[in-house]
Amino acid sequence: MSTLLQVKNVTKKYGGLIANNDISFDVSQNEILSVIGPNGAGKSTLFKMISSFVPTTSGEVLYRGERISNLKPHIVARKGIVRTFQETTIFKSMTVRESVVVAQHLRATASLAGYFWGSSAAKKDVVAFGNYADELLEFLGMSAISNELASNLPQGNLRALGIAIGLATDPKVLLLDEPFAGMNHDETMQMVDLVRLVRDERGVTVLLVEHDMPAVMNISDRIVVLNFGEKIAEGTPSQIQNNEKVIEAYLGSADDEIGM
Amino acid sequence: MNKTSSKQLLGVAIFLIAIFIGVPLAISLTGRWDFYFTLTSVALLAIASAGVWLTFYIGRINIGQGAFALIGAYVSAILVVKGGISFWISLPAAGIFAAIVAVIIGLPILRLRGVYFAMITLVLTQVVTLTALALPITNGAKGISSIPLPSGVSLFGIPIIPEFAAMENTKLAFYYTACILMVVTYAALYRLVNSRLGHLCRSMQQNEELASSIGVNIAHIRIVIFAISSFFGGIGGAMFGSIAQSVYPSSFQVADSVNFMLNCFLGGLGYVFGPMLGTLVLYFGWDLLFELGKYQLLIYSIILIAVIRFLPNGLLSLRIGKGGQS
Repeated sequence: MSTLLQVKNVTKKYGGLIANNDISFDVSQNEILSVIGPNGAGKSTLFKMISSFVPTTSGEVLYRGERISNLKPHIVARKGIVRTFQETTIFKSMTVRESVVVAQHLRATASLAGYFWGSSAAKKDVVAFGNYADELLEFLGMSAISNELASNLPQGNLRALGIAIGLATDPKVLLLDEPFAGMNHDETMQMVDLVRLVRDERGVTVLLVEHDMPAVMNISDRIVVLNFGEKIAEGTPSQIQNNEKVIEAYLGSADDEIGM
Repeated sequence: MNKTSSKQLLGVAIFLIAIFIGVPLAISLTGRWDFYFTLTSVALLAIASAGVWLTFYIGRINIGQGAFALIGAYVSAILVVKGGISFWISLPAAGIFAAIVAVIIGLPILRLRGVYFAMITLVLTQVVTLTALALPITNGAKGISSIPLPSGVSLFGIPIIPEFAAMENTKLAFYYTACILMVVTYAALYRLVNSRLGHLCRSMQQNEELASSIGVNIAHIRIVIFAISSFFGGIGGAMFGSIAQSVYPSSFQVADSVNFMLNCFLGGLGYVFGPMLGTLVLYFGWDLLFELGKYQLLIYSIILIAVIRFLPNGLLSLRIGKGGQS
């Protein structure tokens, strides 16, 4: 498998506080890689730097050898690296289908003026967007709720909507921000299946940040562990489960949390 | 989004017939010629309010439309009086100039959100007023007066727009011009909101972070929208100057900017035709309360507060008046 995304010596400082210190790892194509760590380990900050929502202090993130850190988020999204958010970040007063349609705007072939005047390219786009939205929602098993207003959806569906919006942009790498947070076991397992499906069927590389250990062990090809802003381990789920540094980092809070 | 239903088309047709035939007929029957000026003003203010509504649509509270109306009025007046250019060329020029100014001002200030953006725009009107007082080309406090009425336009010898000065009834001519401009503005606004740009605006209004994560260049769209908004302001202002045949630094004040915003609130931020209704109600509401004398402002304010409190989505959320405006 070839390397798709490289995190190289990334450091983030907020004043005197070091959120991430010299973090490096690679993400291969078609991989599901999880970043885990106790609260405050710097997972979210790292995630935001990869999607260029915050700039790095030093170091860089490369996608196919091209730097994607310290750019504007929309430019990174245009290159195919798309992040999702936790459930509160949605288009509240749009329906599920409208959200997925608007998220396809990167695929537009007609100009904004073309849409205004109703050019034939724009009309084609509108039909194509609608069809793709229906197809995508069916793929994600969300057809039944496609005309629901996003603000009326329960939490589990919101998470799926976030993934649907991310997928609608036709990403190469999907960054998932705590996709299992606040879910019960069944919901989590459904989501695990969904994320796998996205990787297997759509060829999307998945990078996720997560707390839920059983889910992470279940879903990940490889895991990167952060603690106090440092990378302390990297490897397959079984390697991580037996890694002494990792056990130490989680010890005291809960041994069984690492899924053993 | 939705296909235009026949009911909507009927509503639009009734509305057009009402403003282009109904109103002139009613005025000639009742002899209330002064209504022409009032309704023309409403139409022009509605154009400027449409711009303010559009900035609301990207989640920004714009209390600075008076600035762009004033800029438009001055640009048109200067071009007509000092440049000797036809009013019909100065009108789009005024809009474009206002849009350019909006881009220059918007680049730094559109990053601000919520109340911070609102405060900056609130100052803009005052800044433009003071600039108009200071610059030699705007004639300071004396302003620009005795602006000639719009000249005629003919294409290949065929008159398209007659000479306003030669007309018996300039009030009616201005009324028609303002109504046509208003109809074009709102048609464009409706089209814009229902095209992809409108959808992107909605996505930005609801969540800028998520919008940028799906690849929307939010900074760019904010500038485009603010420019269009100010273009409407410039057009409305230029037309106003031409009707009044004069422009002063006080032609548009902070209070006017606030009114433009109130028009949008009152009509309904969720409805394209909200600002049009809001302008009409606000303008007439004030006049109707004239009888109350010194209590006019008090009652007017109480009604406004009550409307905003009990109808947060504006008058159109009532949907009593079937103007086909949805």
